[in-house]
Amino acid sequence: MTTAIMEDTITLTINGKAVTSESGKTVLQVCRENGIYVPTLCYDERLEAYGGCRLCIVEIKGQVRPLSSCTTPIREGMEVTTESDRITRLRKTVLELLLSNHPNDCMFCDKAGSCALQELVYRYGVRYDKYYGEMWNLPKKDDNPFISYDPNKCVLCSRCVNICQNVVMKGTIDMTGRGFYSKPDTAFSKPLTPDICVFCGQCVSTCPDAALTEKQAMGKGRVGSVDRVRTTCTYCGTGCNFYLNVNNGKIVKVTSDYEAPVNRGNLCVKGRFGYDFIQHPDRLTKPLIRREGVDDTSPEVLKNPMAVFREAEWDEALDLVASKFAELKAKYGNDSVGGFSSSRCTNEENYLLAKWVRAALGTNNVDNCARV
Amino acid sequence: MSRQISISVCMGTGGLAAGAQEVMDKLSTELAGVGIEAQLHSKKQCDLHRVGCRGFCARDVLVDVSIDGVKTTYEQVTLDRVHRIVNEHIIDGQPVEDFAAGEDYHNFEGKQVKVVLSECGLIDPEDIEAYLKVGGYEAARKVLTSLSPGDTIDTIKRSGLRGRGGAGFPTGLKWEFGANEQADQKYIICNADEGDPGAFMDRSVVEGNPHVVIEGMIIAAYAIGASKGYVYIRAEYPLAVQRLELALKQARQKGFLGDNIFDNGVKFDIKVKLGAGAFICGEETALIASIEGKRGMPRSKPPFPAQKGLFGKPTVINNVETLANVTYIIRRGAEWFASLGTEKSKGTKVFALTGKIKNSGLIEVPMGIPLRDVIYGIGGGIEKDRRFKAVQTGGPSGGCIPESLLDTHLDYESLAKVGSIMGSGGMVVMDEDDCMVNIAKYFLEFTQAESCGKCTPCRVGTKRLLEILTRITEGKGKANDLELLENLSVDVIDSSLCGLGQTAPNPILSTLRYFRDEYVAHITEKRCPAGVCKALLTYTINEATCTGCTMCARVCPVKAITGEKKKTHYIDQSLCIKCNSCYDVCKFNAVDKR
Repeated sequence: MTTAIMEDTITLTINGKAVTSESGKTVLQVCRENGIYVPTLCYDERLEAYGGCRLCIVEIKGQVRPLSSCTTPIREGMEVTTESDRITRLRKTVLELLLSNHPNDCMFCDKAGSCALQELVYRYGVRYDKYYGEMWNLPKKDDNPFISYDPNKCVLCSRCVNICQNVVMKGTIDMTGRGFYSKPDTAFSKPLTPDICVFCGQCVSTCPDAALTEKQAMGKGRVGSVDRVRTTCTYCGTGCNFYLNVNNGKIVKVTSDYEAPVNRGNLCVKGRFGYDFIQHPDRLTKPLIRREGVDDTSPEVLKNPMAVFREAEWDEALDLVASKFAELKAKYGNDSVGGFSSSRCTNEENYLLAKWVRAALGTNNVDNCARV
Repeated sequence: MSRQISISVCMGTGGLAAGAQEVMDKLSTELAGVGIEAQLHSKKQCDLHRVGCRGFCARDVLVDVSIDGVKTTYEQVTLDRVHRIVNEHIIDGQPVEDFAAGEDYHNFEGKQVKVVLSECGLIDPEDIEAYLKVGGYEAARKVLTSLSPGDTIDTIKRSGLRGRGGAGFPTGLKWEFGANEQADQKYIICNADEGDPGAFMDRSVVEGNPHVVIEGMIIAAYAIGASKGYVYIRAEYPLAVQRLELALKQARQKGFLGDNIFDNGVKFDIKVKLGAGAFICGEETALIASIEGKRGMPRSKPPFPAQKGLFGKPTVINNVETLANVTYIIRRGAEWFASLGTEKSKGTKVFALTGKIKNSGLIEVPMGIPLRDVIYGIGGGIEKDRRFKAVQTGGPSGGCIPESLLDTHLDYESLAKVGSIMGSGGMVVMDEDDCMVNIAKYFLEFTQAESCGKCTPCRVGTKRLLEILTRITEGKGKANDLELLENLSVDVIDSSLCGLGQTAPNPILSTLRYFRDEYVAHITEKRCPAGVCKALLTYTINEATCTGCTMCARVCPVKAITGEKKKTHYIDQSLCIKCNSCYDVCKFNAVDKR
């Protein structure tokens, strides 16, 4: 019976136009499929619809009140209106209310230009000061190397909470407090430490405004001044994609690629925050060959261990390695050597290594570090 | 001594607070002292037992003494009154007229029609035998042994019963939705998370007759095909929880709950889940989240709980009063129930009558009774015979109804028409000394504090509404504040996620509708007509009437009043904190506040 329902197609009318989609989808999903704009703040495709921001409300014929399109399943014959005087007014009120407890500091904000709230306020032409009153003046929490949390900028969309609890399955944060004083936080407002948080930064990736930001990227360039380079993570063989945000040739942060077939915008701590090695001054960029006749215990080496090496070109280094392998094989036989590859390599790279060890070195001594 | 003596002591929370346990103990020892063995339900000379809430809490402890079927009700029984009652009435057979309940009690009781509360003040809530004696569990037996689930739902539909929790959704229809769902597990939940300020009808029913609720749940479970039930009840109701747990234990022992109810193969049991004090958990989807162990926050409907409820399974949620009604409908028939009330609102409704009313307490009246009959009939009019101003129905989600609409009938539609709601049955009466802006502010203080914070309009909107109201009561209101209030109220109602936000501005809109002049006086004249809003008050002493008795100067906590004996006194406005002490203490009405 369930499968029969799943296969059903449903025809409904959106803004006077008939559209067809599969049963089980929500009004918002069908609007997006058909390129019909519906504003959202608390919606993230990766998450179960929350229905909290109230921006995606639409009018449905026969319903007294507007319904949130992200949570309302489509029904046969449904008549949906996505924008009307009433809906526009309600959306404006929601935005005005959000702004009434939001610092008016887009000029200094790292998120300016890529902020969903800023975009919506611009789109709906909302004034900053229609409603006013008490505003949060809470301390910023950034006592960890990766994530900066400014609760004063939070719009309570709960995406960070939902992604932490239902995608990462970690539950580091939850909604705390009540009413106007509700906010996402850790239990007892403890600092983010490795015993409660894996620092995957998923919360940062889903935050629609600047409440959660990458600490290392602060002040290093906003969306308008960075180039986004799509790449594949080199940390493991999963092959997650993301964007390196590059400003003046410097990587300033990693942002999610929601279209990536492997990870759909999700990343772990390494992919999201472990990019500083790329342009680190200590990084080896050329092969090193041990100098001959250098005493490991000489004062010069003890002072600078790198002094035992000299920089070389790839050809020279590879020739050296090849000749040493040949030497060993000749002296002790094929099984005296082997290949050990890294789990950070891709499947194809691992295949190549295995092939090379067996075909070129002539041994089955091949292994990989992926033991977890 | 072959007389049949029966004594019942009201031991609801109100009764116990007034000292019912001590009265009970004293009755027991006094009776023993004169050689009468009084035991709980003994077949001996005297049946002394506790009963649940009688409604008229203002006159607790209420004691009924019945000799050979002739009953006398005593009110405000204290320990020193017990002796005369025992000696004069029980031994000598002469009721003690001095302590007998008077006219107020009879007015209060006389005009009520008790269905849900019919056994509350009659039987011992801690004794299943007492419940069985009045026909208890016969309704469940009838349903489980002779009716199909479809017939049961049909009976409830024919009765016209609508949900008593507030929204008034037809109960039979809700059950039908639940019954039509196909699932390996379904749930029935009894919502006993009564949270409206001043409302205590659900608590009283659970305390006074827990079995009637359990029986209603058994019937509902059978009708929709649920094998598990939950009672979600406030932890702040310890007596209700204790009596409910006891009743569940007794019902299990008797086989009314378990794996084979009435030897009919029907399986059903009930768990008690305590709420942790969040008003929002009375909203059904938040309640479900709370039972599931999540933060109590509502979610959007559809899907409705009947389709996707507790743990994702079809779930029917009914209020305590609704489920109690179910038992009586089965017992006495759908037609009997439908004969009570109005065309669209059947049966009776329990109200918690409070505020500036003479006879406050818990009342049950037929649907459709005019408000005037409740306030001036049962309620006995306004305290100190002051002028009636408004009555607030439906708790924080309701509205204020002015004097001109006192003939409004108490049913779902009529109340909605005048901008209020039935709600769970709170009824707060206000007189000329109440400031309607302040009343609206009071309710908004409550709703904004109880908002769960999930949706923007309720979380921030109610906060801003409260701030606007606060500045009006402080004399800082601005010219466009009324427009702002009205617009924001409508937007919060239209765009909030759940019933809390969708109704929270009702007290504002209804007071603006009927008492707009009070708002205007606050804003333009910086004056509170009812003399409530402190910031707008000035206390002065009237030279003509002041006798110089010095009382006001003596009670003033900040020494703002000076004056010689027998000469007019003066208040230093820079020191006055407007505590009202001088006003209260002056015997010559010489203190003016305006």
